Amino acid sequence: MPPTWYYLMLSGALFTIGVIGVLTRRNILIILMSIELILNAANLNLIAFSRQLNDISGQIFAIFVITVAAAEAAVGLGILIALFRLRQTVNADEIDLLKG
Amino acid sequence: MAFPLLTFWLLAATAVVSAVLVITRRNPVHSAIFLIITLLSLALLYLQLSAEFLAAVQIILYIGGIMVLFLFVIMLVRLDIVTYQAPFNRQWHVAGLAALILLAEFALVFYRSRTLPTVAEAPPTILQPNTEQIGVTLFQNYLLPFEIASLLLLVAMVGAVLMARRR
Repeated sequence: MPPTWYYLMLSGALFTIGVIGVLTRRNILIILMSIELILNAANLNLIAFSRQLNDISGQIFAIFVITVAAAEAAVGLGILIALFRLRQTVNADEIDLLKG
Repeated sequence: MAFPLLTFWLLAATAVVSAVLVITRRNPVHSAIFLIITLLSLALLYLQLSAEFLAAVQIILYIGGIMVLFLFVIMLVRLDIVTYQAPFNRQWHVAGLAALILLAEFALVFYRSRTLPTVAEAPPTILQPNTEQIGVTLFQNYLLPFEIASLLLLVAMVGAVLMARRR
């Protein structure tokens, strides 16, 4: 078995890639996909520690994370569709309604 | 190299490379496909970590549910404009630098954690049978969070329908 810190390193790399995607991309769809990457990195951490500590609770937490990810994706994509109807754009930096 | 280590490196490389492709492709459809590859290699890593139920949930729920939702929405919004626009925003230098500092911190912490005394690894049979154990623990120790999660899903469903409704 690979040691646990290998999995933690992989999870850290995926988390960072997700953060880069959230911070640098303009397309809201890609930003939502990057958030999914971040949540999956957290899941990998939880499952790796569940294996290391032989405790099933980590996997239960991963199930809850997946539930929250599904809810987040549904609401986020609903907002995206409403926004696209209103402004005809999916770019995060063009949505400045509050600037007037 | 031992077989588990070899599979780990193969799957980790696939996951990281396709994750990088997710955030660099112009076309959101390509990003979604590469995200599916990342999720699939993570599901195989869950199998290696003896979390069979979660590997199945990852494939059925993430790839079969969430990513199909993403692809549907990509089809709904107009794509041809997006592929000609600049994919990155103006502050990408600063953002990339900050994220790389974050990665360095992660690497430092995780690398130092390898020498710390850890719990001895038990044989993987202790988490078996996986689905049964998850079910028992979920309904005995985590019943209230489970119900709250169902409430959250209901609220999200109502919210998504309300948001995407044509008025």
